[in-house]
Amino acid sequence: MLEHYLSLVTKAIFIENILLAYFLGMCSFLAISKKVETSIGLGIAVVFVLTITAPANWLIHHFFLEEGALSWAGLPDVDLSYLNFIAFIAVIAAMVQLVEMILDRFSPALHQSLGIFLPLIAVNCAILGGSLFLVERQYTFGESTVFGFGSGMGWFLAITSMAAIRHKLRYSDVPVGLRGLGITMLLTGLLSMAFMAFSGIDL
Amino acid sequence: MGFLSKKSQQVLTDPLISNNPIAIQILGICSALAVTVKMDTAVVMTLAVMFVLSLSNTVIAAIRKLIPNRVRIIVQLTIIASLVIIADQLLRAYMYDISKQLSVFVGLIITNCIVMGRAEAFAMQNPPGKAFLDGLGNAMGYGLILITVSFFREVFGSGSVFGFQVIPQAWYNAGYSNAGLFVLSPGAFIILGLFIWAQRSLTKFEEA
Repeated sequence: MLEHYLSLVTKAIFIENILLAYFLGMCSFLAISKKVETSIGLGIAVVFVLTITAPANWLIHHFFLEEGALSWAGLPDVDLSYLNFIAFIAVIAAMVQLVEMILDRFSPALHQSLGIFLPLIAVNCAILGGSLFLVERQYTFGESTVFGFGSGMGWFLAITSMAAIRHKLRYSDVPVGLRGLGITMLLTGLLSMAFMAFSGIDL
Repeated sequence: MGFLSKKSQQVLTDPLISNNPIAIQILGICSALAVTVKMDTAVVMTLAVMFVLSLSNTVIAAIRKLIPNRVRIIVQLTIIASLVIIADQLLRAYMYDISKQLSVFVGLIITNCIVMGRAEAFAMQNPPGKAFLDGLGNAMGYGLILITVSFFREVFGSGSVFGFQVIPQAWYNAGYSNAGLFVLSPGAFIILGLFIWAQRSLTKFEEA
């Protein structure tokens, strides 16, 4: 059982990296990856929120929205799965707000450093994408939690390494039209190619 | 387009090249890369985004004076999510195969930065008619890049256009083979990077 979870985590972090293989969360990745410190902050916030929202959305999907999920309420024929999108985005927005309030109360220092990033996360594709993937791949509750954590770690790894590369690049002479977005895309391509070397690893 | 005033025309055509949402505004890159392996998925995705973006802009612009400022993000998200649900259900009903290939990326239009970005930047300050044109223009600018990127990826990666073989069989017999890299994700990043380079050199746009 533990092996199964371990292989799911490595798959989510390295082989099917949510950013480099599925392109999720590109917007904030491109905007924030200019500085290493801020990238680490945003990365930790993403890990945090994904690990919470993935199982939360699994519960919502499994007990309310899935076909036949309402049989506990005496409604076995009801299929509300078309409400997935709106329910998931509401859960994510609410969770982000909740996490922000809890952090503010119990760990003001962490809230200080993550504070500005948390609202950004509600509209990060990686978070919603994680929830949609767990429905499509029919994960169990445990798998969803592990997958959420793994995807978050993958995103964290990708943004921090990109920030480090861009930091090094600051003194390079890049052609004018390629500066900024262009060179970042090319670098992401190379990074993604490097991560493809992990494919085929199976624990 | 004689029936539109000069200003409206500008709202519609500006986002195509000079203020392109992907290459210049850096919005909505997530889905731009994921759905471009084949041209038909790219076209369907463009249509879905066009539907959602133009309607969400119109609706949000129509009620912009009623939305309290503090909860505007939630209101916008609800409107966008409802429209995306409609688009997703339509795709499932009439184009089941393609909707399977697009998988989660139709749902991800909700968090596509273009939709939120245009709602915030344009629809909240402008009347519905203009907001509709802005939505349509931005969706077309987005589609333009999507279709171009998918064209290159499909031609080099699978040797076809819209699923029809375009590289002659004789080439394959002579030792030509498809570049598998273009089908995989790195190909998408690299093509988009080169495309942005070309676009920015042409429009002389420089990032601050």
